[in-house]
Amino acid sequence: MRSDTSPPGLRIAAAAGLAFLHLPILLIFVYAFTTEDKSYQWPPPGLTLDWLAVTWNRPDVWAALSLSLEVAAVSTAIALVLGTLCAASVSGSRFFGRETISLLVILPIALPGIITGIALRSAFSLAEIPFSQWTIILGHATFCVVVVYNNAIARFRRVSGSLLEASYDLGADGLQTFRHVILPNIGTALVAGGMLAFALSFDEVIVTTFTAGQQQTLPIWMLEELVRPRQRPVTNVVAMVVVLVTLLPILAAYYLTRDGDQVAGSGK
Amino acid sequence: MTFAVSFQKVSRHFGAVRAVDGVDLDIRPGEFFAMLGPSGSGKTTCLRLIAGFERPTAGHIEIFGARAEAIPPYRRNVNTVFQDYALFPHLNVVDNVAYGLMIKGVPKAARRREAGAALEMVKMPGYGDRRPGQLSGGQRQRVALARALVNRPRVLLLDEPLGALDLKLRENMQEELKTLQKSLGITFVFVTHDQGEALSMADRVAVFNDGRLMQLGTPQEIYGSPNSRFVADFVGSSNVLPPVLVERCAGQRRWASLRPEAVKIGAPGRLSATVVSRAYLGGATRLGLDVEGQRINALVPAGEALPAEGETVRLGFADEDLHLMEPG
Repeated sequence: MRSDTSPPGLRIAAAAGLAFLHLPILLIFVYAFTTEDKSYQWPPPGLTLDWLAVTWNRPDVWAALSLSLEVAAVSTAIALVLGTLCAASVSGSRFFGRETISLLVILPIALPGIITGIALRSAFSLAEIPFSQWTIILGHATFCVVVVYNNAIARFRRVSGSLLEASYDLGADGLQTFRHVILPNIGTALVAGGMLAFALSFDEVIVTTFTAGQQQTLPIWMLEELVRPRQRPVTNVVAMVVVLVTLLPILAAYYLTRDGDQVAGSGK
Repeated sequence: MTFAVSFQKVSRHFGAVRAVDGVDLDIRPGEFFAMLGPSGSGKTTCLRLIAGFERPTAGHIEIFGARAEAIPPYRRNVNTVFQDYALFPHLNVVDNVAYGLMIKGVPKAARRREAGAALEMVKMPGYGDRRPGQLSGGQRQRVALARALVNRPRVLLLDEPLGALDLKLRENMQEELKTLQKSLGITFVFVTHDQGEALSMADRVAVFNDGRLMQLGTPQEIYGSPNSRFVADFVGSSNVLPPVLVERCAGQRRWASLRPEAVKIGAPGRLSATVVSRAYLGGATRLGLDVEGQRINALVPAGEALPAEGETVRLGFADEDLHLMEPG
């Protein structure tokens, strides 16, 4: 049953809720074009495109952005390999401690980031590992693995064991079976999991503050900018670009997993 | 003689569970071989041992004279039709059928042609572009059959392939499988829990129980001369007579089986019985008889005189029809 008209009160409440969620984002966009650079003054006294050029010429923006991209890319790559392997072994066989392993893998995302951060920081200093971009990458990989694992295991469960046996039976060895049967069935889940992992890593602050040395990722850079105002709208320009750039992969991930629902369950 | 498949004292234990326990059997090339048994009897494990999905805990398996234990499933010239068909959901029908050829590196045009021919053989031409999800159970089964046969296996394994089909479809498929097997000359090994299916299709039947091979023989031998109470019970509607009655009729204290159609009403009756039930079957009537608390079925051909329910009759049978089994 579906009614075409809903009560006006409900509609207004829904509109207000959506506005509350999304108007602040629009505000960020507006402040990227304001002529006032010391404080966030409303309404903006004037509009200008100058900040785009200023941002473009700031080397610290580029450094932070490239570090963030590198960290996100490498930790996503690590997560894709480890998360897929882990999901394959947990879903493909029954062994003692299987549930425990599953829980331990998921734990980092359930733990507050600050705990993960402190734990990693003390572990790194105990092992006398100097802080670098690699310690950030390791920190991010702990929760990126979870996202990939969760996506992959849901799909692995639907690739029934007899599909793999059918593949072996028809002459395919393990590698060929992975390429021709497993990968086509879990591929979209991996892409979606990878994108989510990338997005998580890209805007991570807490674990990063504990595992970074002098390096600044983009979110850390933004926080610093807010504390020490200097050409304030530059932060907004960066924020706007990040929103626009990340929207596309998130939408893509959404569409991929939506179609993927029909992939592996339809043979039974 | 080189056997298609030969089991020598093969066991497969899972922990304390003896799924297959010391089985010896030989399957002849080109025969239609059925493995019959209740669920958990080890018949499917035997099939998986031939396919290579399981390795024996003890004993040896030979496939066409070659030791098979160490050969992985993908190097055995054996193909399987799975119980749930196991068609690849991400591939269409023709790519499913051509999968084995693709793995072997057959060029695309050639493997599509062969897959098309295989689909024609199982009466599914023109379905190549469909997805498995768009097919009915019977159609999936045919595709699974084509996917296995296109590789020209020396042994084809079928794991309860007809279990999920409705009765009419099942009868059609039984006939087709039999015809296909005759024309291709491939050894078929067929696992089923349906004794009717096993008896009507197979050249020879192996009856399993509790991981053990109970009896191996032609359908006539299995049905007519079961060697144990279990086989007599499981394979057919045979009457199993307890040692007390057998001792009185044949002088030996053993269990015995007696087919319902061998029971004669009246005549020089050896036992006295009360008619408990009467069921009209068309070509015959089945009488349920009570002999001192023991239920015995008799099949009376149409046209013969029928006693009424509750009536006491004498029943008899020829000596050679009473088949003696284990001592009781």
